[in-house]
Amino acid sequence: MLTNQIRALARQATRTDSRSINVRSFTVTAGSRTRSVSSKTRSIRHLATKSSTASAKSASSASADSIVTTPPTGSAITLKSATRDESQFGTRPIYLDVQATTPTDPRVLDKMLTFLTGMYGNPHSSTHAYGWETDKEVEKAREYVAAVIKADPKEIIFTSGATETNNMAIKGVPRFYKKTKKHIITTQTEHKCVLDSARHMQDEGFDVTYLPVDEHGLISLDDLKAAIRKDTILVSVMAVNNEIGVVQPLKEIGKICRENKIFFHTDAAQAYGKIDIDVNDMNIDLLSISSHKIYGPMGIGACYVRRRPRVRLDPIITGGGQERGLRSGTLSPPLVAGFGEAARLMKEEMDYDKAHITRLSNKLKEGLLSIPATQLNGSNNPESQYPGCVNISFAYIEGESLLMALKDIALSSGSACTSASLEPSYVLHALGADDALAHSSIRFGIGRFTTEEEVDYVIKAINERVEFLRKMSPLWEMVQEGIDLDSIEWSGH
Amino acid sequence: MATSRQVLSLYKQLLEKAYKFDNYNFREYAKRKIHDSFKEHKGLSGQEQINSLYNSGIDSLAQLQRQTSISQMYTFEKLVVEPLDKHHH
Ligand SMILES: Cc1ncc(COP(=O)(O)O)c(C=O)c1O
Repeated sequence: MLTNQIRALARQATRTDSRSINVRSFTVTAGSRTRSVSSKTRSIRHLATKSSTASAKSASSASADSIVTTPPTGSAITLKSATRDESQFGTRPIYLDVQATTPTDPRVLDKMLTFLTGMYGNPHSSTHAYGWETDKEVEKAREYVAAVIKADPKEIIFTSGATETNNMAIKGVPRFYKKTKKHIITTQTEHKCVLDSARHMQDEGFDVTYLPVDEHGLISLDDLKAAIRKDTILVSVMAVNNEIGVVQPLKEIGKICRENKIFFHTDAAQAYGKIDIDVNDMNIDLLSISSHKIYGPMGIGACYVRRRPRVRLDPIITGGGQERGLRSGTLSPPLVAGFGEAARLMKEEMDYDKAHITRLSNKLKEGLLSIPATQLNGSNNPESQYPGCVNISFAYIEGESLLMALKDIALSSGSACTSASLEPSYVLHALGADDALAHSSIRFGIGRFTTEEEVDYVIKAINERVEFLRKMSPLWEMVQEGIDLDSIEWSGH
Repeated sequence: MATSRQVLSLYKQLLEKAYKFDNYNFREYAKRKIHDSFKEHKGLSGQEQINSLYNSGIDSLAQLQRQTSISQMYTFEKLVVEPLDKHHH
């Protein structure tokens, strides 16, 4: 009796405890947020002290706080406010980070709601109407996804996203052919999930060649040809780079691969529906797609796997044999149908979106590159550059401090995975950029829902704040006076 | 058979609905898209094509009705480009 009571009490205690843990974990999140912000402030302070040791003329040794908030003497603007009455406007930042993810199109949501409300059957249930109706919708979605890249619907395998697809392709194909083939070719500027999968294959005994890129981010076809060996099984080159928007020569790469009987995989997460892709014309054997980059829901994507000539791979996820046995598991009809609708819209609106995005992109580039000492990262050739990704370096400014000063615009200084750290981008490094340039770059993402008004705001805000930050920079002052920074002996390091 | 009066009325109804998006970006997109689509097909004379576009416009109107209602149910702070005193519903 007594033990029972104690047990009940203990149970109650654990329950309360777990609730309080919940509460605590909330505070922890909030706390770590504050911490991450303050670490950014520290980096500004660090930069500031670095510069002030460098400059003999540095007027003040003011603390970082006053550096961030007080305008330099004679400056009309402040970091915080532009020249307008802030109280008249909203506070939510403009979203200019569509390479990280895109807003869900209301037409996609409309489609998905059908499944989240009434059409809830398991598409693999073949004995009743609930199953049949969702199965029919799933197959319709598969057709839409295939049509964007001129593939056969049977060649589309639904996955959880481009990360899973990249893993599936880069691990699956070499593993299947491992008895005779031992070599994989990819590039230095791939997304982390491709590079990491390649690293895993190295651990499994494969050789991996990481092709370098030129200053625009493009690989050289001669490098590719030279890297091919008798035992090369797979070439994986991304279509559009997520940080700088450069477009690799897919057709030429595909031709080389086909001639050498090597499988060609491309990570098209940023390219699908945005640039013209024809898997047959380009000889693409495998292709990765992500739904949340095309205004569809997160948590779903697809792998295009060519059927003729057949591409074989070891599946990562096995089980019930769904998706041609390449990716087992029950499909999620709301996600699949939402993804399908997003793909259908990408195809239908491709020209319309492209015209809008190109127009805004040109306006943004013009407005930002007119700032002195700025540089566009990527290609100048419209054939090999996706206009919706504009990556610009602002010399003598640290990208992170500019981002801090731009709380009213949601931007990234690189890919979503690297921007959490203060490490400079490995993609920009691969282009030959030095640390300073890599640190001073910002990516602007323009999409279907970006407006001209937003672009105008961004141009004005960046112009003002770059000017402000540079006015505080002793380095900038020295450059203005014609001092060659390379000739300076830096003390204190 | 969709008459030109019906087409014009559909255009007005669609635009009216588009303004009801609480979300700035969806609202601006819907306005732009409706405007540009009607402009693109202004010179159309084939009755069959007009009918088919008209019917898809009717579907869009129903979809806008649903989606603007949802946009009004789940609202967020106004963007920094949005004046605060506008867009009362
Ligand atoms: C080029 C590239 N590949 C892969 C991914 C990962 O896609 P997902 O989020 O669908 O896993 C991304 C998105 O961050 C990407 O930009």
